[in-house]
Amino acid sequence: MSTQPVNAAALGGAKPKAPVQKEDAMWLQKEMINANYAELASAHQTGRKVSATFVPGNLNELLMCFDFARSLPETNALQNGMRKKSGKMIMDAEREGHSEDVCTYVKADLGMMMGGKGPTGDPLPTPDVLLLSYTGCFTFMKWFELIRQKYDCETVMLHVPYQGDGHINKNMRDYVVKQIKENVIPTLERVSGVKFDIDRLRGYMRESAKSEENLVRVLQSAKHRPSPIDGYFGAVYYIGPIFTAFRGMPEATKYYDALWHEVSERMRLGKGPITPDGEMADEQYRLVVEGPPNWTSFRDFWKMFSDEGAVVVASTYAKVGGVYDFGFRHDPEHPIESLAEYCLGCYTNLNFPQRIDMICKYIDEYQADGLLINSIKSCNSFSAGQLLILREVEKRTGKPAAFIETDLVDPRYFSAANVKNRLESYFQMVKAKRVAAAAH
Amino acid sequence: MKVADIVTHCGKLFDDLSFSAVKDWKAAVPGRKAVGYMPVYVPRELIHAAGMLPVGIFGGGDQLEVIQGDAYYQSYICRIPRSTIELGLTGRLDVLDGMLFPSICDVIRNLSGMWQILFKDKYVRYFDVPQNYQDAVGGEFYVNELKVLRDDLAKLAGRPVTDDDLRKSISIYNENRRAIDALYEYRAQKPWQAPTAEVYLVLRAGLVLPVEEHTKLVREYIAAADASPRAKRDNARVVLTGAFCEQPPLGLIKSIEMAGCYIVDDDFMLCFRWLIGDVPLEGDPLVNLSGAFLHRSAATASKYDEKKADKGRPLVESVKHYGAEGVIFAAPSFCDPALLERPMLQGVLAKHKIPYTAFKYAENTGQMAPIREQAGTFADSIKLWSAA
Ligand code: SF4
Ligand code: SF4
Repeated sequence: MSTQPVNAAALGGAKPKAPVQKEDAMWLQKEMINANYAELASAHQTGRKVSATFVPGNLNELLMCFDFARSLPETNALQNGMRKKSGKMIMDAEREGHSEDVCTYVKADLGMMMGGKGPTGDPLPTPDVLLLSYTGCFTFMKWFELIRQKYDCETVMLHVPYQGDGHINKNMRDYVVKQIKENVIPTLERVSGVKFDIDRLRGYMRESAKSEENLVRVLQSAKHRPSPIDGYFGAVYYIGPIFTAFRGMPEATKYYDALWHEVSERMRLGKGPITPDGEMADEQYRLVVEGPPNWTSFRDFWKMFSDEGAVVVASTYAKVGGVYDFGFRHDPEHPIESLAEYCLGCYTNLNFPQRIDMICKYIDEYQADGLLINSIKSCNSFSAGQLLILREVEKRTGKPAAFIETDLVDPRYFSAANVKNRLESYFQMVKAKRVAAAAH
Repeated sequence: MKVADIVTHCGKLFDDLSFSAVKDWKAAVPGRKAVGYMPVYVPRELIHAAGMLPVGIFGGGDQLEVIQGDAYYQSYICRIPRSTIELGLTGRLDVLDGMLFPSICDVIRNLSGMWQILFKDKYVRYFDVPQNYQDAVGGEFYVNELKVLRDDLAKLAGRPVTDDDLRKSISIYNENRRAIDALYEYRAQKPWQAPTAEVYLVLRAGLVLPVEEHTKLVREYIAAADASPRAKRDNARVVLTGAFCEQPPLGLIKSIEMAGCYIVDDDFMLCFRWLIGDVPLEGDPLVNLSGAFLHRSAATASKYDEKKADKGRPLVESVKHYGAEGVIFAAPSFCDPALLERPMLQGVLAKHKIPYTAFKYAENTGQMAPIREQAGTFADSIKLWSAA
């Protein structure tokens, strides 16, 4: 998927250019992520079962109830992308017969599994169960079918209907609840040998809600001028723990406390975001971004913005694992229903009018200068129709919008010169608009 | 009618991108309405029961000049959404009162929302289907979805859709399914008598004609085809798979045949063959449609296979049933469902020692020579294989 969790260590990439600046909370995150990979590496030796599930609509709290070591394939793919390992993995998968046309997350994952090692170089065991949370992307189904075909993993489908009409209705919710109760939980019980305890689930969800509260505060801090955070490049770190294997863990609660503490302090001091090259001093442009980032040149990509004083104040990508800023919280009082609601509400499960409304709202509430779409070759879920989003948002907000094309983890589709050119002319356009507006 | 007349008639319907047949049908009785649908499956029985004409919109083919549609899509997205938008923006789909976008892939899913924005005065629905096949779980969800669709269509039609209306429509579609099955059986028995380029056109006619008329046409074609003997060639018998959404140009189908392959099964218009066998008429019609969907429907890339062992089984069965000697994977470029499914199916075929070849196309592919060459080589290798 189009999803993130990044670890701070990966930012350095294979060829670190300069010492990378990190917020303190990033160190906490790095520890968590490394610990998770270590746990996965030793899971089978220590008698633990391994689960794999997708980021959007992941039922992390539920998986924790069965003591699974938890792997998220998109995270592995992007970690491999940031470490410049994904290119080879993709080519290995293509050599095995996978088409050059299809989503590169899938191929990076299949290529990685062929090598048997995860992004940190530790062994990554074959999952004991694939929880196919089928939310917001048709490719997910093929992805896990492909893994099942090759590695014979037990697979459980959780079909999450799409919000075609722009809302969640009772039929959709009941359907997801029923699948969780009648298919997902019994399968997880069987594979793990652990009996389901709903109070344990409630406990994790209580922790989730605390983290979610702080995440929203952090993301919304970008409404301030100057913004103390970058809501796209920076936000991929902020959403990391909560969108993945850590939501519901006390460690995640601690991380989000620390993060909010740092961000609120920056806001109080009137500071800008920290970028890999240091603190951004002068906020020149405030942008909203639609679409996932490119991972293979993540740092260069970010630098093209930060060098120009461009801050992303809000991004749709930071909502792929949950649209918390519109009010959703995991609810321990109605645990299963709330899990269903969570799966149904992720960004890529929203219909086009909803996506456009959301972007227009961000432009307004975060006082953005315009919209930038990073269109990802791999991702039909995000990308098909984005040019209409661009037109509609321009029409409705009167703010300029621009379009660039890259890929997630396939280095062959990142052309730094093209992207930079596009961005430069976009910034010029924003400036010209401002001058024109001031003249009126 | 003679074969040539039937094929000419179907060819005209196929070429007509302004949907005159639909316009004529509507004009014949004031107040009639038509509802479009895209691949891969919608229950057309519901549209029919509301007294409306279901119209299959399967892209613009290779004759439509796509100008505006290209401005909506990046180069790495398949062709069918852009030609469909072109059809819409150029007013060719004004004749439709609504559009259904089935759950097949993210492109068509997103197109449903684009349609809501671009054609605000039309009825637009994304039609979801279950990936859980238990009656009490996926079935219940699906029956409720069918109810919503039935009620929406009743509103659009301005009259209720009763269970009896539905039963009548199911029975009429059962007839159509039988006729189409008969056509597939006939072609498999005597592929030289019913070339796929013709069969394809006869099927395509079903996208725009009323179902009753289409059933008649299919039966007439079988009879007419059988009445005029043609030369039998020493062709290889193949199943063609992967073309369930964006359609290959007719020239491509002809090229495959000219290269020495008889296509004996395919997934071109899967909608017509989605439900396998008759849908029962007794009892609740929505429950019956749901039961057929859950337990007796076609396998394709947009549908989940519950077990590993299910993957590719229907393809292998089709090879056996229709007496094929090999499989051609023909997928639209950039089609994630077809292209992700392909290696899994190829793995299953390899285990069964069934030869295959694979290529990609677009609905406006113009260069047939490479495909002809590939299909020819494949046909030759099959013959060598069977001679060995
Ligand atoms: S198509 Fe997009 S959402 Fe789906 S797996 Fe690929 S990157 Fe993720
Ligand atoms: S051709 Fe494939 S990718 Fe394109 S709309 Fe159809 S199913 Fe989707």
